[in-house]
Amino acid sequence: MARHFDNELRDLKFSLLAMAGQVEEMILLTHNSLMERSDADARRVNDLDKAVDELELRLDQACIDLLALRAPFASDLRLIASTLKIVPELERIGDHCTNIARRALILNPMPPLALGDGLRKLGEETLSMVRRAVDAFVNGDADLARAVIQADDSVDALYVDINRELLRLMLADPLTIERASHLIIVIKNWERIADQATNIAEEVLFIIGGVSVKHPYLQTPPDQA
Amino acid sequence: MQAGDTMTDVEPRQGAPRKTEVPLTDTAVLSAKPLLHIEDVSLFYGPKQALFNIDLEVREHSVMSLIGPSGCGKSTLLRCINRMNDLIPNVRIQGSVKVGDDDIYDPAVDVINLRKRMGMVFQKSNPFPKSIYENVAYGLRIQGVKDRAVLDEAVERSLIASGLWDEVKDRLKESGLGLSGGQQQRLCIARAMAVRPEVLLMDEPCSALDPLATSRIEELIFELKRDYTIVIVTHNMQQAARVSDFTAFFWMGKLIETGLTEMLFTNPRVRMTEDYISGRFG
Repeated sequence: MARHFDNELRDLKFSLLAMAGQVEEMILLTHNSLMERSDADARRVNDLDKAVDELELRLDQACIDLLALRAPFASDLRLIASTLKIVPELERIGDHCTNIARRALILNPMPPLALGDGLRKLGEETLSMVRRAVDAFVNGDADLARAVIQADDSVDALYVDINRELLRLMLADPLTIERASHLIIVIKNWERIADQATNIAEEVLFIIGGVSVKHPYLQTPPDQA
Repeated sequence: MQAGDTMTDVEPRQGAPRKTEVPLTDTAVLSAKPLLHIEDVSLFYGPKQALFNIDLEVREHSVMSLIGPSGCGKSTLLRCINRMNDLIPNVRIQGSVKVGDDDIYDPAVDVINLRKRMGMVFQKSNPFPKSIYENVAYGLRIQGVKDRAVLDEAVERSLIASGLWDEVKDRLKESGLGLSGGQQQRLCIARAMAVRPEVLLMDEPCSALDPLATSRIEELIFELKRDYTIVIVTHNMQQAARVSDFTAFFWMGKLIETGLTEMLFTNPRVRMTEDYISGRFG
């Protein structure tokens, strides 16, 4: 039996996807602002952040309305509850992009540091994680969500490598300290975006399976349940 | 997972520790022993089979909700528990229903005594055309209790337990029919409790009540489970979710799924349960 509620849930998903699309664009522009040293892209990131914030408010209200008016159960409840948690993750990604773009505007006029390819890889891998987390949500793809969660380890490793590289540069040449300090903040923000993608993937697994996969160290092994 | 610490110009969202999930279920019921054992119960109205091989256990001091679309057999099963189906012609029951170790369909069982152990509250409140006092004392009187002090104690205890005492203590001699719908239903609950049953069976006890009266009955159910084991039939999904520890979903006379209420309403194992509680069919 088709329900009016199904249309409302479909609208909710579309709105979440619209927000995710805006955030993906912000990530792409953020990456360009650093890699292509584009001030225009950095400023565009800042402009888009407002739209993402507005979508956050709209989606929050939509979720509260559906909870109050439809009293959902089972998969409907999981979808709405998880949307309420995914929305702030996306909004936070937008904030991290804004932070990076702000640093890009400071760094771009300065000579580039002699860094390896890690920074580019970090941005690309993080963007890929967010995209795949959103795809997993759209398609209800548990395997893809699990792959996103696993990918976080490689982003963490990249972050640690770049951090070390920047420390080496600063130790070797004090003139790099200002730029390296900004870049340390940049990579920290990329790393946090990857964490947020992981959180989204965890919510996708909850929507699909109804079981939280967060903090596996706190989960009781089945033989001790 | 967050990588190693370093300076940052953002507030780390995940810095605060998260609490582990705490189940909403009253944890005491998880370790309670089963009181009602319904084993392989089938019921026939003449040639028509209404229940099919039902296996269900209800734990002591827990609330079990029976849900499902009209005609699914939930009220029929409820009436099996106090043998009220015996009153219907051409009913045939197979399987066993036990309270503790006592098989209630044992031919030696005294049905009147059995029904004292199983208080029942119906969809429509049905106070007798007697005073409030006499409504509550009725069960004890037909058991032969005449001692006024015993009756007084039972009436007060039952009205307090049903949350009605403060509202009626000054007019116990007035007719029970003069109470509001919600009060009449609580009077019926008090009447059922006066004979100290082990189990309270409730057949849609709030379906004729307004939200406020419904809320009072639901709060009462929550209180009563300290002393009673409760089985409630309800069409109201939110009510089942609010009041019960366990829920059983029936469809066409079959038990489709049973389990902890919080699990059944957030993550049912069977698609049919999901579709029913989400309003996709029924």
